[in-house]
Amino acid sequence: MSNSPTQLDAVEIHGMTRQSFMLRGALAAGAVYGAGAVGPFVRQALAQDGGGDVDVLNFALTLEYLEAAFYKEAAKIDGLSDQAVEYVETFGDEEQQHVDTLSNTIMQLGGKPVKAPGVDFGDLSSEKAFLKLAVTFEDTGVSAYNGAAPSIKSKEVLAAAGSIVQVEARHAAAIRLLAKEAPAPEAFDETLSKSQVLKAVKPFVKA
Amino acid sequence: MDDLRPQGGALRGIERDPASRKKFLKMVGAGGAGAFALLIAACGDDGEKTSSNTGSSAGSSSGGGSAGASQFGSGDVGIAKYALTLEYLEADFYKQAAESGMLKGQALELGKQFGEHEQEHVDALEAMLKKLGQKLPDKPTGKFPLDSQESILNLAATVENLGAAAYLGQADKIKDPEVLAAALSIHSVEARHAAALNSALGKPATPDGGFAKPASMDEVLKQVKPYIAS
Repeated sequence: MSNSPTQLDAVEIHGMTRQSFMLRGALAAGAVYGAGAVGPFVRQALAQDGGGDVDVLNFALTLEYLEAAFYKEAAKIDGLSDQAVEYVETFGDEEQQHVDTLSNTIMQLGGKPVKAPGVDFGDLSSEKAFLKLAVTFEDTGVSAYNGAAPSIKSKEVLAAAGSIVQVEARHAAAIRLLAKEAPAPEAFDETLSKSQVLKAVKPFVKA
Repeated sequence: MDDLRPQGGALRGIERDPASRKKFLKMVGAGGAGAFALLIAACGDDGEKTSSNTGSSAGSSSGGGSAGASQFGSGDVGIAKYALTLEYLEADFYKQAAESGMLKGQALELGKQFGEHEQEHVDALEAMLKKLGQKLPDKPTGKFPLDSQESILNLAATVENLGAAAYLGQADKIKDPEVLAAALSIHSVEARHAAALNSALGKPATPDGGFAKPASMDEVLKQVKPYIAS
């Protein structure tokens, strides 16, 4: 079979509006070059859409802060398997990209990004503990984005949220497979409301 | 293929969750369909001169082999028909894969479970379209190379990655929030399938990095065309 992921590399961009293309390009550039580099492009892309989505984005940012901090903490665990180490590094880096681009987008919409919460992941000293919490965070992340996305007003922000939630779902499935759990436990992913999500992550947030 | 050795039934005992399907049907059910119907009525004059709600718009009488976005019509109904066509193909693929006898161990477990999910997506999308009085799209007949476990898994990964990109490509085009919620809850499941298959094959779970790439309807139909017999 010659079917490889690279085949899919050709599948993109066509059919995107110019606005969403610009925003996505800006988001990607933000991930690579840092928030400051992409300001004007995002502002231009979102000029017509206003800033009604800042609250949703700040909610997402809080979750991404938690996830990024979690993987940073997990990197200190001794004796992780090679596969776990790879996930900690790759997924941790991707969560940090989400943090950077969400912060940047919020600023471009004229909002103020929330601060990173204090975190407490308890006894995070084994692969088992890592996998258990990672499944919780990633599954919650998927349900949080899926729950919040329909209330997003800007098409461009919605498209960006969609491209992030797909990555969260991919993380969740890969971690679950490593934890010997079903990668996709249900045919339809659950949605969670903002208050349900905040309750779920409360044990890991230090006031 | 080290990752595919049987894992002592790690995935065994995971039962289908009928609750998830109920949740979906509730989501797109009475309330959803009502809102959806109103929306379609409202969309009648939103600039798309071709009717958005005739089930038999151009091209639908020809077989599934005629790839082209126009065959599905416009608006949310068109997107639902497009999604259902892809789900038909995925469900058929997993059915044929399971019957091929090539899958063993973890690959068989994943194939069965993912196949059930795709069938649930089919059922739910069919129910939604029927509720809206829409004609169902033609069910394509798939032709897939199923000569080894590896070729099946590679094709499964290709199809699922494409499926995830396909849903992502429609997310910002869906008008009804309930239909959007339903599509998102399927989108992330396709992404989970894709990542699990990629991982099982020793490929990156997140091939696009931190931000997944969407695929347009035309691009997706072009990609799946080789697997449609009629």
